[in-house]
Amino acid sequence: MTVTGWLQIVLVLSVVILLAYPLGLYMARVFKGEHTFLSPLLRPVETGFYRLAGVRPDQEQGWLAYTLAMLTFSLFGFLSLYLILRVQAYLPYNPQGFDNVPPDLAFNTAISFLTNTNWQAYGGETTMSHFTQMAGLAVHNFLSAATGIALALAVTRAFMHSGLATLGNFWVDLTRTTLYVLLPLSILLAIAFLATGVPQTLAGSVDVTTLEGAKQTIALGPIASQEAIKQLGTNGGGFMNANSAHPLENPTAISNYLQIIAMLLVSSALVMTFGEMVGRRRQGYALLAAMFTLLIAGVALTYWAEANGTPVLAAAGVDPAGGNMEGKEVRFGTAMSALFAAVTTGLSCGAVNAMHASLTPLGGLVPLLLIQLGEVLPGGVGSGLYGMVVFAILAVFVAGLMVGRTPEFLGKKIEAREMKLAMLAVLILPFAILGFSAVAAVLPAALSSLANAGPHGLSEILYAYSSAAGNNGSAFAGLSANTPWFNTTLGIAMALGRFAYVVPVMAIAGSLAAKTRVPVSAGTFPTDTPLFVGLLVGVILILGGLQFFPALALGPIVEQVLMVAGKTF
Amino acid sequence: MSALSNSASPAPPSLFDGRILISALRDAVLKLNPLQLVRNPVIFVTEVVAALVTILWVRELATGGGNPGFSGQIAAWLWFTVLFATFAEAVAEGRGKAQADALRKTRSEAVAKRLRTPADHASFARIAASELKLGDHVLVEAGDLIPGDGEIVEGLASVNESAITGESAPVIRESGGDRSAVTGGTMVISDWIVVKITAAPGSTFIDRMIALVEGAERQKTPNELALSILLSGMTLIFLIAVVTLYGLAGYSQTVLSVVVLVALLVTLIPTTIGGLLSAIGIAGMDRLIRFNVIATSGRAVEAAGDVDTLLLDKTGTITFGNRMASEFLPVPGVAAAELANAVLLASLADETAEGRSIVALAASDYGLKEPDLGAKNPTFIPFAAQTRLSGIDIEGRSIRKGAIDSILKLVGLAASEAPPAFRQAVERVARTGGTPLGVCENGRLLGVVHLKDVVKPGIKERFAELRAMGIRTVMVTGDNPITAAAIASEAGVDDFLAEATPEDKLAYIRKEQQGGRLIAMCGDGTNDAPALAQADVGVAMQTGTQAAREAGNMVDLDSSPTKLIEIVGIGKQLLMTRGSLTTFSIANDVAKYFAILPALFIATYPELDALNVMRLASPQSAILSAVIFNALVIVALIPLALKGVPYRPVGASALLRRNLLIYGLGGLVAPFIGIKIIDLAVSALRLA
Repeated sequence: MTVTGWLQIVLVLSVVILLAYPLGLYMARVFKGEHTFLSPLLRPVETGFYRLAGVRPDQEQGWLAYTLAMLTFSLFGFLSLYLILRVQAYLPYNPQGFDNVPPDLAFNTAISFLTNTNWQAYGGETTMSHFTQMAGLAVHNFLSAATGIALALAVTRAFMHSGLATLGNFWVDLTRTTLYVLLPLSILLAIAFLATGVPQTLAGSVDVTTLEGAKQTIALGPIASQEAIKQLGTNGGGFMNANSAHPLENPTAISNYLQIIAMLLVSSALVMTFGEMVGRRRQGYALLAAMFTLLIAGVALTYWAEANGTPVLAAAGVDPAGGNMEGKEVRFGTAMSALFAAVTTGLSCGAVNAMHASLTPLGGLVPLLLIQLGEVLPGGVGSGLYGMVVFAILAVFVAGLMVGRTPEFLGKKIEAREMKLAMLAVLILPFAILGFSAVAAVLPAALSSLANAGPHGLSEILYAYSSAAGNNGSAFAGLSANTPWFNTTLGIAMALGRFAYVVPVMAIAGSLAAKTRVPVSAGTFPTDTPLFVGLLVGVILILGGLQFFPALALGPIVEQVLMVAGKTF
Repeated sequence: MSALSNSASPAPPSLFDGRILISALRDAVLKLNPLQLVRNPVIFVTEVVAALVTILWVRELATGGGNPGFSGQIAAWLWFTVLFATFAEAVAEGRGKAQADALRKTRSEAVAKRLRTPADHASFARIAASELKLGDHVLVEAGDLIPGDGEIVEGLASVNESAITGESAPVIRESGGDRSAVTGGTMVISDWIVVKITAAPGSTFIDRMIALVEGAERQKTPNELALSILLSGMTLIFLIAVVTLYGLAGYSQTVLSVVVLVALLVTLIPTTIGGLLSAIGIAGMDRLIRFNVIATSGRAVEAAGDVDTLLLDKTGTITFGNRMASEFLPVPGVAAAELANAVLLASLADETAEGRSIVALAASDYGLKEPDLGAKNPTFIPFAAQTRLSGIDIEGRSIRKGAIDSILKLVGLAASEAPPAFRQAVERVARTGGTPLGVCENGRLLGVVHLKDVVKPGIKERFAELRAMGIRTVMVTGDNPITAAAIASEAGVDDFLAEATPEDKLAYIRKEQQGGRLIAMCGDGTNDAPALAQADVGVAMQTGTQAAREAGNMVDLDSSPTKLIEIVGIGKQLLMTRGSLTTFSIANDVAKYFAILPALFIATYPELDALNVMRLASPQSAILSAVIFNALVIVALIPLALKGVPYRPVGASALLRRNLLIYGLGGLVAPFIGIKIIDLAVSALRLA
């Protein structure tokens, strides 16, 4: 590890915090329907949409109506995207003449983009037409992100309302998020990416003669615009197969900083929005502190593991000072690769600028664990916030009794109904990750997809299902995931991770919204102190992480101890 | 005032009372019935897997395969885990049972004299108390047990209620008014009464009490239910983790035996809190009963911990029931001693507490002794509501004391004509919350006696403690706002309700509840009943009316209004004990992983021994030690579950910091030490 490396990490994270604060306050104004500097421009568009769709923006929905609206919208999105994928050969903007996408891959991809996972079982530049990329995938990059944020807003309103069972209007939240937040930010960021050298064109590819005299076809396309929303919306589905490691997606160190900042920005800002909207900014800071504590611990561990390299490399005569550079880009180095890896998995983004399978076992354990902790560090846009609220509710319940009162979070009592729903939600991840992994680990059809033997192979399976169920989308490269088995089961895991999780969470929100807010007193369990931050971190690790410990022991942990003993896979 | 000065609970029956333990052991075995145990999912799962391992052990014995010595020990310790959990519940229940037996005796012995007509006391039939019906009239005479709950319709009697309250001094019960309710099982000591039965046999107060102390009707309280859901959910999560481990291990050709997977499962699921949860609830109710408070539901006890506002009656709770003379304020030209002497004479025959306090003040401040008036032939003028005066006529002196306006009228002065010094004294007394008492002799104003509401010593500190806990205190009084404000500030309450009517109380409670607050109050009169019913915790006095007792959700057998403060503490202690043991139980898992996981995979990956941070002797010993620790920790924590985590009246932040340190951090560290010690013992004894 170097001072420069750490300085870069600190710099990037500081910029995120600095930008998240004003953005969070801006978003709070937007979502409360207040006037902002963009209103003169966007208000007419917004009301035009409502009139067109017949939405009455002042009509608030209960949790069930809100959830059903979200599910209907998602179902429609799934069907339309599936259709585009299946018939892309007959559609325009297909300069390379790509064929229709086969059914299992189309199913997997549609769910993947719908759930903000952006797991890609295909290579983008060799499978998807420009039309599919722009009208199919990029549209869902916006909408799945906006859906996540809308759901988080509904959960936020549960703490704003007292004795009122409504959570806002899904259509309004969706429209405002897209119009006032995601679109303006994407335009700004796309221009910034252009400036760093990311291409933006409708041309298919160029043929060039390399310095060695060989001919090479370089894929091109509307990359800068895709790249912006891919990062901002914590989508992570790259235009290129190599994702942000590709020089046309992420050409320079500067563009790399921008990518990391962009993917952290909205999720972090939403936590501020939460604090602002519930009227307790300190609560927002506390949640963000817990998120960043664990995230920075993850960054540090990965950076340490990668910078130290491996005894195997040292034995092969590689300068140990360079660390483990396998699968990394020289223009980023170990520090920025480690930061990217931890952030993209803490976030449920899933973009990668280095190959996670090439991380040292310990360095690879971190991304895997961060996903399994529930994607709350600070998590996907929206989904990270509501996931964190569930953890806060659990923390308050486990420890809140210790102050001798019925546990309450932000003045809302946590009772049997909330516990039942919260447990339903937290069961989803272990069920989907461990359940599918255990089957795949002994199923010959699944095992034939593995590139590596031993514990590393098990890590590949675990990572795939963790990534899918956590709606992350990054891959532990090495697994050939484009098979009917993986396409189908990963698709199911993605759907479970998003919808089976969020429905009980929305039911909690509905139940909490209807409760009368209990006033704060000296007897109230404090949820905005450093002590609570520590408690929350502990609960995330113990309730969110412990159940994966046996599986991790058989994967990356044993691989690490074996590697120290000189054995690799 | 014992409740005020001493907040410690009365001496509990010893935790390890031999008789209780023996009957608890028997009950613990009976409780193994799976149909009964299914109510406790964590322990039920443990029992199921214990049975499974037992079957495997028998099979290994029969076939000669496997490692029956190891499986047998695991099976045994799993059964112990279940048994320790049922034992904890049985011990908690056992402590209530002795009390229930005594109560039941009073019920079975009772014989009722049912009157054919309420008016005719001579004509009655002797029937068993259990045959009484609602609305029957019974005659109860000296020496009889009152056969059921009811209202006195005729007569007056002194009643010994020690069967319920433990207080042997008899109380007077009479028809009409607030003291007409009688409780079945109590005994009439003298005189006779006619009682109209208001509770059917089986649902009387004593029946309810028996059911409560026995825990027969115990339902999970809301909070307990929520906690069980959390524990069941965690059990499911770990079930998934352990079952899938079979497949994940299969990937590396490791075949895990069912016995070790079961061991992993049982050590991970929250058996500690799962096993102690119901014992904690029962012990909480039991603590309340030992404070002579009967709660009609566990829900009320929990609500007590959540209370935000206490409505406290001024009289008897915040101040002593009676006003006391605190100073003599003579008008100019009258010596203080002269005033003292005059008012002493006027109070000699006044047997009220106020009168006695005047005599006492004259003696302490002016050294005046009670004169012997036998020879002087005095005429005592008793207090009359019409004149609002009392006094004495003796040797030509006519001394009167009484309300200010009455005294002024007597001396022929309008309020505005009173001497300025007199007026000032009256005002000063009223302003400080006292009651001025005018004194005159033969038509001459002597001065004013300051009668003061005396705030109980130590009550201000109690209120400060409550405030630190986040609980507001509201004083309810019939006094005027000025008087009320003065006493409120002296006692340190947060708010007061002056000139309060029962309707005002009810309205105040509703208003607070709409703001999301939980309210506790106590009351005894029938007109308190609506407010008692509305309050989240309504404590009725045992001496109160039947209506009040039915409206509240707790009955205080000692009829002590300060009990509310203790009740809140007990409620909080109950919740804290649950929370602390839950945190402890969950934190324990970390160490257990480090004990069992390396042991599971050591055959396939010897390198995983790096995780064996406790350096446990062998894989078998590690697994066995973790299972033994898991079982023993339940027993070790039974005393804490029954006694409760000590409660301190400090703010939530301080409580959290303290308990998180002890039970959170302690829960992380303790099993590392415990498992290591057990491992040393297991390997020394060559058990594994």
